[in-house]
Amino acid sequence: MRALDKKLLRDFRRLWAQGLSIALVLACGVAVLLISYGMYGALQNTRSAYYERNRFADIFASATRAPRTLKDEIAGIEGVWAVELRTVKDAVLDLPNRVETATGRIISLPVNGAVLNVPIIRSGRVPDPGASDEIMVNEPFAIENGYELGDVIHANLNGRKRPLTIVGTALSPEYIYTIGPGSLMPDNANFGILWMAEGAASSAFDMTGAFNDVSLKLTRDADPEEVIDRLDEILEPYGGTGAYGRDQQLSDAFIDSELLGLETMARILPPVFFGIAAFLVNMVIGRIVALERSQIGLMKALGYSNFTIAAHYIMLAVLIAVIGVLIGWILGAWLARGLAQIYAEFFTFPYLIFSVSKFTYALSAVLGLLAAAFGAVLNAMKAARLAPAVAMSPPAPPNFRRGVLDRLFSTMRLSQPTMMILRGIMRWPLRASLTSFGMALGVAVLVASSFFNDSMDEIIAVAFFQSNRQDAVLLLTRNQPISVLEDIERLPGVLRAEGQLSLPVRLSNGHLEKRVSIEASWPHSDLSRVIDPDGKVIEAPAEGILLSKRLAGQLGVSPGDGLDVEFLSGRRETHRLFVSGIVTQYFGIGAYMNADYAAWLFRETPQISAANVLVDDTRIDDLHRALKDMPNLAGLIMLNDTRQTFRDTIKENIVIQSVIYIAIAAMITIGVTYNSARIQLSERARELASLRILGFTNAEVSYILMGETLLLAILAQPLGWAVGALLAWGMGFAFASDLYTIPVILKNHTFGFASVVGLGAAIGSVLVVRRRLDTLDLVSVMKTRE
Amino acid sequence: MDRRSENEIIFRTDDVTKVYDTGEVKVYALAGVDLELYASELTVLLGPSGSGKSTLLNILGGLDHATSGDVWFRDLQLSALNDRELTRYRRDNVGFVFQFSNLVPSLSARENVALVTDIAPDPMPPEEALSLVGLGHRLDHFPAEMSGGEQQRVAIARAIAKRPDVLLCDEPTGALDSRTGITVLQALKDINDRFGTTTAVITHNASIRKMAHRVIRFQDGRIGEVEVNETRIDPKDIEW
Repeated sequence: MRALDKKLLRDFRRLWAQGLSIALVLACGVAVLLISYGMYGALQNTRSAYYERNRFADIFASATRAPRTLKDEIAGIEGVWAVELRTVKDAVLDLPNRVETATGRIISLPVNGAVLNVPIIRSGRVPDPGASDEIMVNEPFAIENGYELGDVIHANLNGRKRPLTIVGTALSPEYIYTIGPGSLMPDNANFGILWMAEGAASSAFDMTGAFNDVSLKLTRDADPEEVIDRLDEILEPYGGTGAYGRDQQLSDAFIDSELLGLETMARILPPVFFGIAAFLVNMVIGRIVALERSQIGLMKALGYSNFTIAAHYIMLAVLIAVIGVLIGWILGAWLARGLAQIYAEFFTFPYLIFSVSKFTYALSAVLGLLAAAFGAVLNAMKAARLAPAVAMSPPAPPNFRRGVLDRLFSTMRLSQPTMMILRGIMRWPLRASLTSFGMALGVAVLVASSFFNDSMDEIIAVAFFQSNRQDAVLLLTRNQPISVLEDIERLPGVLRAEGQLSLPVRLSNGHLEKRVSIEASWPHSDLSRVIDPDGKVIEAPAEGILLSKRLAGQLGVSPGDGLDVEFLSGRRETHRLFVSGIVTQYFGIGAYMNADYAAWLFRETPQISAANVLVDDTRIDDLHRALKDMPNLAGLIMLNDTRQTFRDTIKENIVIQSVIYIAIAAMITIGVTYNSARIQLSERARELASLRILGFTNAEVSYILMGETLLLAILAQPLGWAVGALLAWGMGFAFASDLYTIPVILKNHTFGFASVVGLGAAIGSVLVVRRRLDTLDLVSVMKTRE
Repeated sequence: MDRRSENEIIFRTDDVTKVYDTGEVKVYALAGVDLELYASELTVLLGPSGSGKSTLLNILGGLDHATSGDVWFRDLQLSALNDRELTRYRRDNVGFVFQFSNLVPSLSARENVALVTDIAPDPMPPEEALSLVGLGHRLDHFPAEMSGGEQQRVAIARAIAKRPDVLLCDEPTGALDSRTGITVLQALKDINDRFGTTTAVITHNASIRKMAHRVIRFQDGRIGEVEVNETRIDPKDIEW
C-alpha cells in the first residue's frame, strides 16, 4: 500500500466520530430515497400487476334499476372492451356472537364467473351459481371476525333476514383500500364485502333481469370522457348517477394519494440530507487541509502531483460517503420492510411486488458519493493550488479587522471571551450562516412533521365535535318520506333523530364541472352541522349552496356566484343555485343545501336517505338488536367507533412518524453541531490552551468553545421555525386531495418542542466535544506550531 | 546584582524528577533537580534540546506536575496542588511568554492584553502594559496587522499586565530575527529592572546569557553549572 493511502486510512480512522456523524446524515438521505422509491415502486407495480391480472375496470357507474338488455348497447359504445353488469347493495349484517350490527356490501357474481374486477380466491370456493345462501367474503373481514369456512352469518336483504354460509374468502382489486359507506378509515371488523351468486343476489334485491352497477374495461385507444358521456346517456332514464373513471374510484384514489405522498417525500427529503452532508464534508475537509498545510507543502516538495493531492482529500470524503451509503442501504431496506407492514394494514394486496431495483440502489449510492465529493472538491483544489514554499511556512493569522460592529461591542462592554465568539462568527459569516442554516433544517423537519398532531386534533374537533355530533347514522336502502323519522325515534335507545338527504349532482361553472353528492338537511339540525372558517355554524338558505373550500376552488366560485346544479336523481333537473358560503371540511369535498328548498324544487314531499341519531349509551345493545331486523336499512355508521378507530390509527402512525422524524432531526443537528464544535476546538486549541496557561479556568475556556456553536444554534431557532412553517404549508398543499385536506395548525408548543429537541441535541454534541478540553495537553499544544 | 535580594527565595525545587513512561522505556526529562530562584532575579536557562529546561519551566509555571520531588513557590507547595489550584496559582502569580506569541487572532492588541487584566486581581491597564513594551501606538491593531516582533511584545505585555511575581519565558526570541529579538529582550529587561519581576528565560542562544544575573546550564536532565554574571550587558549590545 502506498504511504499516501496509509495516511488516508489513518486519517479516516482518526476522524471516525466526525466521519460517522456525517455518514449518518448521508445515510438518512440514502435510506429515504430507497424507502420512497422502493415503496413507490412496490405500490405502483403491485397495483398495476393486480389490476392487469384481475382486470380491474376503467369506468364505473351505478343506476337505480336498469334492464340487462342494455348490455349490448353499452358494449357497443366505441372503445368499450368488456362490460360487467352487477347488483351491488349494502345491507345490515347480524354477525354471530356479537350484539353490534355490521355493514356488508353484497356483490353479485355472474354465472360464468366475473369478467372484470375478478376476485382472487384465498380459501374455499366461489358460491355455487344455483345456491341462494352461499357467500364468499373478503379475507380481512373473515380474519378480523375470526370466521372459518362453513360459518353462518345473517344479513338483512331487502327487509328479509337470511342466513348466509361462508364458502370462500377472496380479495378484490376494487377493494384494496376497503372503506365502508360514510367511514373515514378501513374498518374490517364492521364492513365486509359479500360475493353472492348472481341469481341469489338478483332475487334477494328484486333485481331479476336488471342491474344497478356497471363496470367497463376500455380498449387501449379509447377516449374515457367520450365513453363516460355515452354511458351517462344510456343510464339516465334508469337513475344513473353519473359514470366516473378510476380517479374517483375510492380504493384507487386512496392509493393515488399515498403515491403522491411518497413522491413528495422523495423530492423534499433526500436533497436536504445530501446538501447538509456536502456542507459538513466541506467544513471538515477544509479544516484538515488547513491543519495539514505543511504536510501538503512537504508532499509537493517530494514531488506529488497536484492531482494526487486533490484526489487524496476527495478520497477521504468518498470513504465517509461509502460508509454513509452502506448504512443507508441497510437502514433503508430495514425501514422499507417496516413501512410495508404499516401499508399492509391499510391496503390489502394478495401479494406485494417489493423489490428495490438495482437502479435505485445505484442511484442512491451515486448521489451520496457525489454529495460528499462535491463537498470536498473546493478544499481539495485549494490544497492542490498551495505553492510548496507557502505551504511550508506557517499561515498568517486569520485577518481580523475592526468593523462597524466593533464600536457597538465597545459600548456594550463585552468581555474578551464574548468578543472572541462574536468576531469568530463575523470573520467567517458564510460558514456561520451555513452552520446555523443546517441546525435550522433540523428544527424545520420537526416543525413540519409534528404539526400533524395538532392538525389531527383540529380535524377531529371539526369533524366529530363541531360538525358530526350524532352517535350513529342509519343509512336507508332508498329515499323515504321524512315521516320515517318518527319510526326511527321510536327505536329503543334513540333520543333524537334528524333526517338528511344525499343528492348526487353534477356542479358546473362554465367549463369547470365536478360530480359530487349534496347533503341536504333541514334548518336547525343539531346533530350534523357544517361550520364556516370562523368556526360558526352556518346553514344554507333557500336557493343557496354551501361548498367546501377545495370544491369552491376547483369550480372557481366564491360566495355570491351562481352555479349550475344538475341533479342526477329524481326528476334529473338542472337548477341554478348561489354559493352562499364556504365550509370548513377536512374529509371529502362537500356541498350542502336546504332540504325544504330541495323538496320545493323537486315538487315532492320531503325525503330522507339517512337519519342521524343520538343514542342513550345504556341502551345501545337494544338498538343494535332492533336494527338487525329493521327493513330498509342499508347500513349503520357508529360514529363513536369511527372516532375511536380514526384516533387509534392516527395516533399509532403519529407515534411512529414522530420517532422517525425526531431521529432524523437529531441526526442533522448532531451532524452539524458536533462537526462545528470539533472544528472550533481544532481552530481554537492553541488559543484555549493559551488562556488556560494565562489562568483561565476550564469553565471559562469551555464558554468560548461552546459559545459560538451554541449562539449559532440559538440563532438557528427562529430560522428553523420559519423554514418549518414553510415546509408545513408546502406539505399541507401537496397532500391535499379530494379525499382529505390537512389543515396546517402551527401552535407555540410545536415550535417549542422542535427547539427543545434541536437545542438539546446541539448542547449534547457540544458537551461531548467539550470533554476534550479536560484532557487538553497545555504544554504540547503550545510547543507545536500551528 | 545590586537589586537582587539575596534572602528571598521565590522558587525552590527539591530533587525534582520528571519521567515520561512510554511503556517500553522510561525517559528522564528531569533527573533530580535542586534549584533556587531569587526575587527580582533575571535567570537564563541554557542547554541543548532535551536537557530538561522547558520541563522544569513548565513545572515551575504550574503547567505540569513533577514525577517526584517537591516544588515550592514561596510557601506554596506547587507539587501538592490539584489542577484547579494550579489554575488559580497561574492566574494570580505567573506570566508566560512562549516562542510563538499565541495571540488570539480575533482580538486586537489591547483586547489580547485585556484577556488577562479582566481576570487578574490587581492588573495594570492594558494600554500601560503595551506602552511598556513600546506598543502604545498599536493598541487597536489585530495580530494579522503586526510584525512577529510586535506580536511577541504583545505576548510580553499580556504576561506582565497582571503584575506577576514571576515571568517565565520559553525561547521568547526563538522564532524571531536578531533585530526583532533584541527589542523583545529589551522589553523583558525593562520589566525586570522596573518592577523587580523574577524572570526566567530559556534559550538556545548562548549570547543572551550575558544579560542575566545568573546563568544555569542544563545537561541530561540535571543542572550542570551555575554561573553568576558580575557585569551584565544591555540587550542592544548583545552580539547575536
